[in-house]
Amino acid sequence: MSAEDLIALTAAQAVEKIRAGETSAADVYEAYRQRAAADELNAFVYVPDAVPDELPATDTPLAGLPLGVKDLFCTEGLPSQSGSKILEGYRPPYTATVVRNLQDAGASILGKTNQDEFAMGSSNENSAYGPVQNPWDRTKVPGGSSGGSAAAVAAGLVPWALGTDTGGSIRQPAALTGIVGLKPTYGSCSRYGMIAFASSLDQAGPLARDVTDTALLFKHMVGRDHCDSTSLDYPEEVKLPTAQRLDGIRLGVPEELSGEGIEPGVLESFNRVLDLARELGATVESMKLPHAPHALSAYYVLAPAEASSNLARFDGVRYGMRAEGTRDLLSMYTKTRHDGFGPEVKRRIMLGTYALSAGYYDAYYGRAQQVRTKIAEDFHTAFERFDFIVTPTAPTVAFGLGAKTDDPWAMYLNDFCTVPISLAGIPAISIPSGLSEGLPVGFQMAGPAFSENRILDAAFALEQGIGFDGSKARA
Amino acid sequence: MSKVEWEPVIGLEIHVQLATNTKMFCSCALGFGEPPNTRTCPVCLGLPGALPVVNARAIDYGLLIGLAVGSKLADRSIFHRKNYFYPDNPKAYQISQYDEPLCSGGQLGDVRIHRVHLEEDAAKLVHGGGSGRIHGSATSVVDFNRGGTPLVEIVTEPDVRSGEHARAWLTMLRETVRQLGISDVDMSQGSLRCDANVSIRPKGEERFGTKTELKNMNSFAFLEQGVKAEIARQIAIKEAGDEVVQETLHFDPRTGAITSLRSKEEAHDYRYFPEPDLVPIAITSEMLERAKAALPELPTQRAERYESSLGLSADNARDLSFRPEITPYFEAAAAVDGAEPQVVANWLLNELIPRLGETAPADSRVSTDAFGAFAALVGAKKITPTAAKQVLDRLVAEGGSPEAIVEAEGLGAMEGGDELSGIVDAALAANEAAAEKIRGGNMKAIGPIIGHVMRETKGRADGGEVTRLVREKLGL
Repeated sequence: MSAEDLIALTAAQAVEKIRAGETSAADVYEAYRQRAAADELNAFVYVPDAVPDELPATDTPLAGLPLGVKDLFCTEGLPSQSGSKILEGYRPPYTATVVRNLQDAGASILGKTNQDEFAMGSSNENSAYGPVQNPWDRTKVPGGSSGGSAAAVAAGLVPWALGTDTGGSIRQPAALTGIVGLKPTYGSCSRYGMIAFASSLDQAGPLARDVTDTALLFKHMVGRDHCDSTSLDYPEEVKLPTAQRLDGIRLGVPEELSGEGIEPGVLESFNRVLDLARELGATVESMKLPHAPHALSAYYVLAPAEASSNLARFDGVRYGMRAEGTRDLLSMYTKTRHDGFGPEVKRRIMLGTYALSAGYYDAYYGRAQQVRTKIAEDFHTAFERFDFIVTPTAPTVAFGLGAKTDDPWAMYLNDFCTVPISLAGIPAISIPSGLSEGLPVGFQMAGPAFSENRILDAAFALEQGIGFDGSKARA
Repeated sequence: MSKVEWEPVIGLEIHVQLATNTKMFCSCALGFGEPPNTRTCPVCLGLPGALPVVNARAIDYGLLIGLAVGSKLADRSIFHRKNYFYPDNPKAYQISQYDEPLCSGGQLGDVRIHRVHLEEDAAKLVHGGGSGRIHGSATSVVDFNRGGTPLVEIVTEPDVRSGEHARAWLTMLRETVRQLGISDVDMSQGSLRCDANVSIRPKGEERFGTKTELKNMNSFAFLEQGVKAEIARQIAIKEAGDEVVQETLHFDPRTGAITSLRSKEEAHDYRYFPEPDLVPIAITSEMLERAKAALPELPTQRAERYESSLGLSADNARDLSFRPEITPYFEAAAAVDGAEPQVVANWLLNELIPRLGETAPADSRVSTDAFGAFAALVGAKKITPTAAKQVLDRLVAEGGSPEAIVEAEGLGAMEGGDELSGIVDAALAANEAAAEKIRGGNMKAIGPIIGHVMRETKGRADGGEVTRLVREKLGL
């Protein structure tokens, strides 16, 4: 098969072709490797020089297929810098559990993908290794923080990729680049080896070209890990989706997340999917998530609070960067952190440190935890009446590089529809719903904890009806 | 103006390193003097992405300590992060417990317990040159072997009143924990550490004075000395009309000097928050049952038993219960036929131990059987106290059986009767002046006469019997 033919295959299709002997894992790897090495989007921060000497056997579930891995996953012997200068050159001595699970299932790492520094950002412009361009329009951002993974999958530089989602970091870039992204139930995938941003929110998840590939990758990620106390046994086998219809499915559309602040073109695309859902047999009803509008405020207390603690270990003592020319401990700490962290990371460390300070803890962290509980209760109540809650994934299509870099709050608003779901710890998928002004729009569907199989099935049915064509981005 | 009488108010914070197989939050074996940084992994090095997992054994051990000091055991407990920057702390936070500790309240002896919680130990810093501290040293290196060792922190209420009290109580705590078999509790090795919060107040005053935290007292003697020195320092400050400043202090046992320690961060705001990488600990009834079943007889319980069942004095009961190097010896000797526990206790504490110096009784030539038999002879007055001391000297020097020594040396107590009567007659004849005084009612003058008899009998005579005979013969 020609390289062009190979790139046109979805991951699931490529696995079949390798199994059938129509191509080899090495050919597929090399076809993608060449594209990744020639990457002009800056989606990759590391790509190997050659196909590995040994690729996994073709009878493994993933048949040796190449995988993009977000920079923040520790990969033994490979750069793992979390998009930060402070970890420049850092090659960890161990591999993240999720990556190892996928390697055990037959995935081979194609490279490490660019990201916002420590996963803090919604445009991938906060990377110390430069911004990533959106393959649909090189003047636009790919979203973030898993912007490198999303752009690489959309542009056909890799069949699929790993991302992480803390407040929307898989779903929003998936939406902005016209691919599928799944943020799993908190605890379904091990966090061991993921360089932490906000521990109570971080989840690994797949970014892929379609829902089937998403399910296939997710299937081999899940499971309890004895190295992560917050991980859980996935209660059922993850299945590849097959549903054609949505009969009896009840969709709830939260008023708070589907009106004000959403771009008209995005809303139009969203409403077309709702019409399609009705045609496929679903009921669609407007509903309320009364505390959802407070989600961003709570998130920007809790996530920075945890981050301020998680990122304190980057002090120049043991690994990564150490500022030169300092004379004592305190100046080594301060200069290393001053030089090593970018402005958004510093902003969040400051926010989080403040929120945890004596005398402010109750008013900020304590209060934000209460809001988080209320939001989770809103969803819990909603799932008594609805199978899924649906919203646009992001309020806008991809915006221009540099358009929001001076306005943190405008940037934070990108996650307006994704953050409430993150706070509730429940799973959600983003699938492409169409184009607006020539750029992809994402449709988000959230379900109760561990409802991934049902979400994937429903998303698959919608995907067939939508018929989104992402090939333009791979051209 | 009358002089103010000051009352010291002292609370102790004790850290006990648990002798688990592995560290608190990872599967590294505990370090015991291996080459630096050989007992480490991504978790205890705080590498990016690594996550802690709680050592279940450490929780069991924490519960045991809680039970031993009468704490209320939580049914749910959580870990917090205590955030501070220091090179001995690779995550820049210590995983500790804050407002939901494993155990709360309790009492050991006369000191109430505030709380008992679990945490992880810091790594070891070694400073090259300079002051021996990080400030001013040319280089500092970190050994992470110790980092992550499970620690139990025990915090007392401010019920301690003196340096001696602190030392005695900590000894009691050490023996209690040692009985549990969960720690080496060795202050010189750092598996038992004690800080003291010290303040003073005028006697009768309810309010506490400003407290200081005294660190680096790595022996029982230094704890006593340090607390005494700090109390004296505070009294001197108050009596000079000044105020005590709240600070962390360092006690130098060589010079006895107390100096202010620089704080780990300029301002102490640890920004505690619940550790999101760990789930709450649910204490199950099985865990509680397991802990209760593993609880041995504790020193306080043993002391009560010695007092109530063996009839020992309260002081002896305490002494014997809290000293593991003599407790089993005492029990075995007291179990010998005819040995009175109180006699065993007296002769063990007052005579045998002083004769042995550094050697523990169990390591001496005096077997527990021999010592028990010896106590039986003393109790039955088959040897006099004077003779008994000679027998004990021989036992300590050569071992063997006390009966054989008594037999060989002829040290058996003399029966009353003609032989003794004759010796007393001779003694009276040889000390006429003394005999006159006694006749005149001055019994104190009997000394030379008894001395004479004892010389003649090599101590085998019973002092009481000699006195009785003297009085009889002098018609008193």
